[in-house]
Amino acid sequence: MSHGVDKVALAVFAALFLVVTVIGFLAARWRRAADLMHLDEWGLGGRSFGTFITWFLLGGDLYTAYTFIAVPALVFGAGAVGFFAVPYTVIVYPIIFVFLPRLWSVSHRHGYVTPADFVRGRFDSRALALAVAVTGILATMPYIALQLVGIQVVLETMGLSGDLPLIVAFAILAAYTYSSGLRAPALIAFVKDGLIYLVIAVAIIYIPHQVGGWAHIFSAASKKLATVNPKTGKPFGSLAIAPAGRWAYGSLALGSALALFMYPHCITAVLSTKDRNVVRRNAALLPAYSLVLGLIALLGYMAVAAGVKPAGGNAQLAVPELFNTMFPSWFAGVAYAAVGIGALVPAAIMAIAAANLFTRNVYREFLRPAASPAEEAHVSKIVSLVVKFGALVFVLGLDKSFAINLQLLGGIWILQTFPAIVFGLYTRWFHRHALLAGWAVAMIYGTRVAYGVPVPGKPHSHFGGPTAMVGLVHSKVYIALTAFVLNVLVGLVLTLAFRALKVPAGTDGTVVDDYIADAGEADVRDLPSLVEDAAAGSPARASAPEAPTSPNR
Amino acid sequence: MGGTGGDARVWTARAVVGVLLLVPCVALLWVPSYTRVKPQLFGFPFFYWYQLLWVLIGAACLSGAYVLTVWLERQRKAARR
Repeated sequence: MSHGVDKVALAVFAALFLVVTVIGFLAARWRRAADLMHLDEWGLGGRSFGTFITWFLLGGDLYTAYTFIAVPALVFGAGAVGFFAVPYTVIVYPIIFVFLPRLWSVSHRHGYVTPADFVRGRFDSRALALAVAVTGILATMPYIALQLVGIQVVLETMGLSGDLPLIVAFAILAAYTYSSGLRAPALIAFVKDGLIYLVIAVAIIYIPHQVGGWAHIFSAASKKLATVNPKTGKPFGSLAIAPAGRWAYGSLALGSALALFMYPHCITAVLSTKDRNVVRRNAALLPAYSLVLGLIALLGYMAVAAGVKPAGGNAQLAVPELFNTMFPSWFAGVAYAAVGIGALVPAAIMAIAAANLFTRNVYREFLRPAASPAEEAHVSKIVSLVVKFGALVFVLGLDKSFAINLQLLGGIWILQTFPAIVFGLYTRWFHRHALLAGWAVAMIYGTRVAYGVPVPGKPHSHFGGPTAMVGLVHSKVYIALTAFVLNVLVGLVLTLAFRALKVPAGTDGTVVDDYIADAGEADVRDLPSLVEDAAAGSPARASAPEAPTSPNR
Repeated sequence: MGGTGGDARVWTARAVVGVLLLVPCVALLWVPSYTRVKPQLFGFPFFYWYQLLWVLIGAACLSGAYVLTVWLERQRKAARR
């Protein structure tokens, strides 16, 4: 960065960072359980969160630093296509309204901590559960890395270069996640959202006023988007989607919406709620964030109108540079803190979710079937550290030019667990081996196609974008969605084949009633025994939980 | 679900919930219906304000679906007793 360290902005940033660090460590005492050394406590916050906390937790989880940096960066660079984040976050809620309550119910009856636990119980297949777990971990790693990129971008804008500040920020995050578990991000999410709402409210009133109004912002953007990109020989983009881009736009929205709640960290937040309706109520309340997201996306155009020229043409720096140009130093510091803290909350939840997957579906399933709840919690804590370290290596080692594409590659993978999880919530018609085959084919296909997409203007480069040509519709379509269709087709055909050949389908560990059970009904335990049932696949009528019962309910 | 399958009001409520959930998805996935710049509103091209408007309509649809679902679950629990 050409300018030196902005001391005022840095001081404000550091002060706010310190506040959330303290909160992060104190969170261990919040809504305190008798014993944090149980995966339900460390990894799911005691499964006790109501509508209010869940709204903040999910909001902090879904709308991340990626939101603040990558979405407006895409709008800044390519125009209307970046706005797909809005339809995406509208249609995601009807989808989750339908299936998540069923996942909540069956998970509470059986003490499932991860989506792979459910797949294991439903389909009686260790291989399929492992596939779901590994996909979840694989998809989460770049997502955590993306949060790091977000922190790195604001640090750079403040004039702090080098890797050390990032490593320090992440070490702090790792330490309080280790000690407080899911309670830390839940509590920090309040601060994060407060800051984000403040910054956005100021930005959408103050900046348009400064640069000459909304009409001017859009006309400046229109002019810039119409100029020819020297790298590709085509215009940068347009204000509305061109006919050729319609399939890409719609499929990005749909594919991302279907994929979102397959991410382990989203499911973790859902399973931490105290009853079925908390999930539904939040589906109706969370669109408040989508509105904010739409406005954040438009920060990209504001950056155009304000004449921001990010260093090295790096679009990701557009929004931090915009804040730097438009705001006084102290408020720019607040805005940077909003992005930085906006990265910490999801990064913590993601690391916890990935750790839970490893512990439940790899460690206990394959390495130590007799692991006690305390041992599970211990392993999860260690793994959460390893996962974060892995993400750090990922960021320091890879090309960061378009953070959004990293996340989109994870999106391609994670969507392939949809048939096993969501179809599985409704029907057991699909054969376990067919689901596994569909998953494998789609994973290979999706990765291969994404690998083959060149960066615009650079032939023979790879992972250049989320969409690829599909002959059937003569348009570019989101690769995740194409792979998903292939996944389902393979699943359908092979199910028919396996059924005809009478390949054993395994035993269903769940019953119809499990999917509609609610808190307070028979057999829905507050603190399920993690030891007996998932492994045995038996209904959860097992003996008293081994873990100490929590005093606060 | 079952238990109260014969009740016409229950089936109507379920159908309405289905429609409420489907409407925002169809509206926003029907991309050609809104990829234009005019008419503008407060300086916003149509493409942008229309989609932001659907965020609000979508939230209203889900609130309606929520109220009906709560009622449906109450019916289900009552029928079980």
